[in-house]
Amino acid sequence: MKRIFLSLLLLLTGAAAFAQETFPVNGVRDLRSGSYAFTNATIIQNASTKIEKATLVIKQGKIVAVGVAVEIPKDAVVVDCNGRYIYPSFVDPLTDYGAGTPKRTSAGFNFGAPGQFLSNKPGAYNWNQAVKPEINTVEVFTLDEAVAASYRNNGFGTVLTHVKDGIVRGTGAVVTLAGTNENNTILKSKAAQVFSFDKGTSTQSYPSSLMGSIALIRQTYLDAKWYATKPATEGVNLSLEAFNANAGLPQIFVADDKWSVLRADRIAKEFGTQYILRGADNGYQRIDELAKTKATFIIGVDFPAALDVEDPNDARFVSLADMKHWELAPTNPAAFEKAGIPFSITTAEMKDSKQFLANLRKAVQYGLSETKALEAITKTPATILGVYDQVGSLDAGKWANFIITTEPVFSSNSKIIENWIQGNKYEINPNEWNNYAGKYSLVLNNAGASTTYSVEVKKDLSASIIGTDTLMAKISIADAIVKMSFPEKKGRMAETIRLGGAVVGNSWSGLGLDAKGNKVSWTANFVGPLVTETKKPSDSINNNVKLISKVTYPFAGLGNETIPQQETILIKNATVWTNEKDGKMANTDVLLKAGKIAKIGKDITEAGARVIDGTGKHLTPGIIDEHSHIAAMSINEGAQSVTSEVRVGDNMNPEDINIYRQLSGGVTTSHILHGSANTIGGQTQLIKLRWGASDDGIKFAGADPFIKFALGENVKRTTAVLGNNRFPDTRMGVEEMLTDAFDRAADYQKALKANPNTRRDLELEAISNIMNNKLFITCHSYVQTEITYAMRVIEKFKNKGYDFKVNTFTHILEGYKVADKMKAHGASAATFSDWFNYKTEVQDATGYNAAIMQRVGVNTIINSDDAEMARRLNQEAGKIVKYGGVSEDEAFKMVTLNPAKALHIDNKVGSIKVGKDADVVLWTDNPLSIYAKSLYTIVDGTVFFDRTKDAEKSKAVATERAKLIQKMLGEKRAGAPMRPATPSYQTILSCGDHDHEDHLATIYESNNN
Amino acid sequence: MQKKYSNILLASLALLSITARAQETIYPAKAQKGITVITHATVHVGNGTVLNDASVSFENGKITAVGNITPAAGATIIDATGKHVYPGFILPSSDLGLREISSGVRGSNDFLEIGENNANIRSIVAYNTDSKNIGVLRENGILLAGVAPQGELIEGSSSVVQLDAWNFEDAAYKMDNGIYINMPSLMARRGRGGIMARVQGPDPAKQAQDKIETIKKFFTEAKAYYQEKTHAANNLKFEAVRGLFDGTQKLFVRAQEVKQMFLAVDLAKTFGFPLVLVGASESFQIANFLAANKVQVILDSEHSLPATEDDDIDQPYKTPAALQKAGVVFALNDIHDQSRFRNLAFNAGTAVTYGLDKEQALTAITLNTAKVLGIESVAGSLEIGKDANILIANGDALDMRGNVFTKAFIQGRDVSLDNKHKQLYERFKYKYGIQ
Repeated sequence: MKRIFLSLLLLLTGAAAFAQETFPVNGVRDLRSGSYAFTNATIIQNASTKIEKATLVIKQGKIVAVGVAVEIPKDAVVVDCNGRYIYPSFVDPLTDYGAGTPKRTSAGFNFGAPGQFLSNKPGAYNWNQAVKPEINTVEVFTLDEAVAASYRNNGFGTVLTHVKDGIVRGTGAVVTLAGTNENNTILKSKAAQVFSFDKGTSTQSYPSSLMGSIALIRQTYLDAKWYATKPATEGVNLSLEAFNANAGLPQIFVADDKWSVLRADRIAKEFGTQYILRGADNGYQRIDELAKTKATFIIGVDFPAALDVEDPNDARFVSLADMKHWELAPTNPAAFEKAGIPFSITTAEMKDSKQFLANLRKAVQYGLSETKALEAITKTPATILGVYDQVGSLDAGKWANFIITTEPVFSSNSKIIENWIQGNKYEINPNEWNNYAGKYSLVLNNAGASTTYSVEVKKDLSASIIGTDTLMAKISIADAIVKMSFPEKKGRMAETIRLGGAVVGNSWSGLGLDAKGNKVSWTANFVGPLVTETKKPSDSINNNVKLISKVTYPFAGLGNETIPQQETILIKNATVWTNEKDGKMANTDVLLKAGKIAKIGKDITEAGARVIDGTGKHLTPGIIDEHSHIAAMSINEGAQSVTSEVRVGDNMNPEDINIYRQLSGGVTTSHILHGSANTIGGQTQLIKLRWGASDDGIKFAGADPFIKFALGENVKRTTAVLGNNRFPDTRMGVEEMLTDAFDRAADYQKALKANPNTRRDLELEAISNIMNNKLFITCHSYVQTEITYAMRVIEKFKNKGYDFKVNTFTHILEGYKVADKMKAHGASAATFSDWFNYKTEVQDATGYNAAIMQRVGVNTIINSDDAEMARRLNQEAGKIVKYGGVSEDEAFKMVTLNPAKALHIDNKVGSIKVGKDADVVLWTDNPLSIYAKSLYTIVDGTVFFDRTKDAEKSKAVATERAKLIQKMLGEKRAGAPMRPATPSYQTILSCGDHDHEDHLATIYESNNN
Repeated sequence: MQKKYSNILLASLALLSITARAQETIYPAKAQKGITVITHATVHVGNGTVLNDASVSFENGKITAVGNITPAAGATIIDATGKHVYPGFILPSSDLGLREISSGVRGSNDFLEIGENNANIRSIVAYNTDSKNIGVLRENGILLAGVAPQGELIEGSSSVVQLDAWNFEDAAYKMDNGIYINMPSLMARRGRGGIMARVQGPDPAKQAQDKIETIKKFFTEAKAYYQEKTHAANNLKFEAVRGLFDGTQKLFVRAQEVKQMFLAVDLAKTFGFPLVLVGASESFQIANFLAANKVQVILDSEHSLPATEDDDIDQPYKTPAALQKAGVVFALNDIHDQSRFRNLAFNAGTAVTYGLDKEQALTAITLNTAKVLGIESVAGSLEIGKDANILIANGDALDMRGNVFTKAFIQGRDVSLDNKHKQLYERFKYKYGIQ
């Protein structure tokens, strides 16, 4: 029966079940009904419906009927699927199948080289090359048989395909993976609009950072809305037109890790839409945050291979977080299910797509239910793409997209025999139809003499010749052609007997060569089943996976299994540096309660409080770093001279280990500044160092917003060795850049008043906020000319009714030259204690700068701008005692109260005063001394750093690393695929102002180069 | 002394309106005349010993007595009651005088030469005694410095200079004391395109080993070259490393990774060169191995972040104590690019906070450094017969608040502690009328 079936199918090749009427036929038409009935199968109609002994009837590429009592049409080819399983073919909601591979033409934005300021795409399109909603994948879709085959081999029948390029990528199309032609495989021309943070092949400089991408998306939404009012000034903008036209489609956002999807989701919420979020393959690490998005996710199953940690010197640089993720990644889909988050699964970005089913099964083994697993590759993707009426289940009227498998699809030994798409059959493992297992009698005839062998053939065609010696034989069968070879006897020198022939029924026969090279004829007749072979049940799913790793907050070696909680804490008998009129108070108690400083005095008692003995210790307010670049994903949007629309707060990274390291140095609040690549940089973000909180959770609530300005060498791109073409190139130009920005913003405000339909411009909106004292300037500056002119430019706008100022000058190494002017203007100064002579504009730096400014009456601050030095800011303040003899109390204020004042948060932090936030540090010694170590660093009454616990944590990290390394070595011995133990590089972002030494697994980036 | 110092400043203030930005009126000191005795000081000898209420006497630039001594008649007496006396601090490895302004001013940079093998390059010839950075280091107690070139592989020879000189010949304290090699990294680097791109790229360990082979070949052929007196063609690179073979030079190898350090030890052992590892941030892992092999270490990066996110957050601060415990001879260095080496003493202070005692930490910026640089017979401690390189500090010089020096002597010369930074301070105190 099987033979006949196979032959029939062979005939079918090349003939279509249906054809396009408009296409002329060269030759004689060959139309067929494509009517098939698949009988006796276990049909999994959808994730929750299984029908035993059922029949599936298809015709002309569509499903006609599914069920037990189904009438089989007379013209149907009947395929007996007894013992087989039929599932709907899978749907991948995010691929680039047949959409081409956009080529990146350059290595990306290079701060050291000339920039490209506008799109170079010809035509009436958007100003930014990465925004191309006008791209409709359906127009470029080209059937690609080789790629289609690789999807089909994994069981897929339908995919969303899109041109994987740009920030706004245009529309994707839903197509089937049939190899017929484009016209008939497109199920939905415009199925979704796709976004990402990655500008792809765009050669335009802007955006050059993650926060720039976010700002660009924001502005695009606003521009599109404005464009809908048909503004005369814009003319025709095909991109914005398309953006508006695509608004009704499902919107898919291709993000990356768990924080990345949250960033995307916030954009959606801001503009009243909902994205389908691709990403969060590590979502199990923050699953509660993800659940809050209420979004549907598209997740991957590209679980990382074990690391080859055999060499301890290589293993050293692999982080515990990477090792843990190796172990826990397969739990990700189950975590989504458990959290009730709808999700579908994609093959997108898989390094080896052949691992897809194996990995999906692994996910099931790690707790994902089979129902959810199937739903995630059938109904859910079909539904989000709006094609569930066409594919995704086996219901009459839908496309005949289904797979036939040997066993339930999530069983480890299950094989896909065939994948049918739109009624076209694709053979995946055709041999699985047959079972050649059994005992055969093999007879070789050579010139009348015959030799008989007894052969045992297993299901996988491994075979042995039973005799005095048992010899291993090689057999392969393709279609009806059989090949067999085996050695004549044991031993390496034995000659090989080679046979070839055909399978006819239960008998194989043909011609061959014996060990001597003589021609032989042969037959092998089935004599009976293998006695030993019992039908092995497929591996049952083993949910008993033992895991070493636990999710910690943050997901880092030094994270905590639970996020530290606020406590009532009583610190007894310490020397308290109040920073208030009481100065240093000896032998004093401080009570922290409900996150605030509740009492300061002698002999305080508080029932239930955790008591910390401060005898001989120093208690100070937490250190406030006015100038930091930690805890962010990108820091510089350097592509334009004015980028006030970008916001550091859009791209926080709350898992930066430097948060914890700086807590150990007594830092409780950090001002995360945009870099200094441009005159008007991005908006800054004030954070509290709450180690373990989410990206939003680390933000300092209720603080005034700030924005970074920069002057001098960086903004005129002195180090652009390949040439600068970005205005300005001189300090003269920088001054005019500032004037122009405020001038434009003044006009913008006028225009807004006159016409509410004025285009909302986020760049000018931010500058307007500055002018109206809703956003405050922190300005990178060095030499006295620029310090002076920055103040004067701003003061000029008093004439236009804007009374604002430079709130803080940072770097400010020549501040001492114009301290009187700064004082008159009302600016604070945030500087370094002792940096000098690392660039031309700091040739006149002096360690005595802070002392002079302080004495002249400028609110003076010592800041870090350096992830390492931030851990020693107390000592940096100590240097101001050395350089210029500032008093200890005043010096310590430079890293506590003074930055609080500059940041307008001195009502909340910066001193030890009843009612202020319980942000305090207990030191072993005078905090200005190099010998002082923090014992506890407390933020909002929560102990985020405890030196004793830190030592325990270090030990625990070593233990957990050792266990995971042993587990990986076990995988290696077991022959599992491994990847090299590549270092887990940490990226440290910087201003772009100074060079850093590279410390092994640390990479310093300024986003400039 | 404080008074004399102020007088100099007042004198220079008068000139400031004409010679703004100048430190050109700060003169290298003349040779010592007569006998100078510092009395009633807490004397930190540099070898681990502290002497309370002690004196240090020096004549003709050499230390003649230390301890409880009666000053010779006619000696200049400096009463240091309540003050601390230290040997001059030594910066072990730097590009001082070679790199004036790191960023944006290429013309001021002479520290990095082109080429893989620059054995014959000599740092001393480009050492600029008029660098504006030198006076800033003197202010913070650094009186001697190792100056080394940088390069791709074989970098050239380093020299030791004293920081109060008219020109490089005058500054040379020990010429060509070592040959520097930059050990290539064996770590997989992060490239564009993520992990896969990295894995598919050339194997860095293989590349590094190839380079190390070229070094070994160079030394092997150099050794053979010396066997023959006359050569058809002179080889400057071979000539430049003779000192390594005759024991007058040490091999300085820049290495951070454990594997790099292993290879450096192998290289040095192969040719019998005394070895100093420079950088050595991972040395805490193999401290016993280094001690057993008598490898000396210049620890570059104490004030730096831990190498991995799982490391003890204070690991770099604790590394000196780990080396001390194992018995490694090590010197502390300061290579911070923005503060330009001035915080050397505070690296020692941090090492105290994390496990060394104060005298051990002092040794790591004085006597140990002298040993590492091969100048311990003349410098590094306050011992009889050595050069009078002496500091007088108001307090504990390893802590910021005490690190104010009132006097410094190099080879007995009473050197100026003035510099451009202080001059600018005075200039603007004058402008604002503040004290």
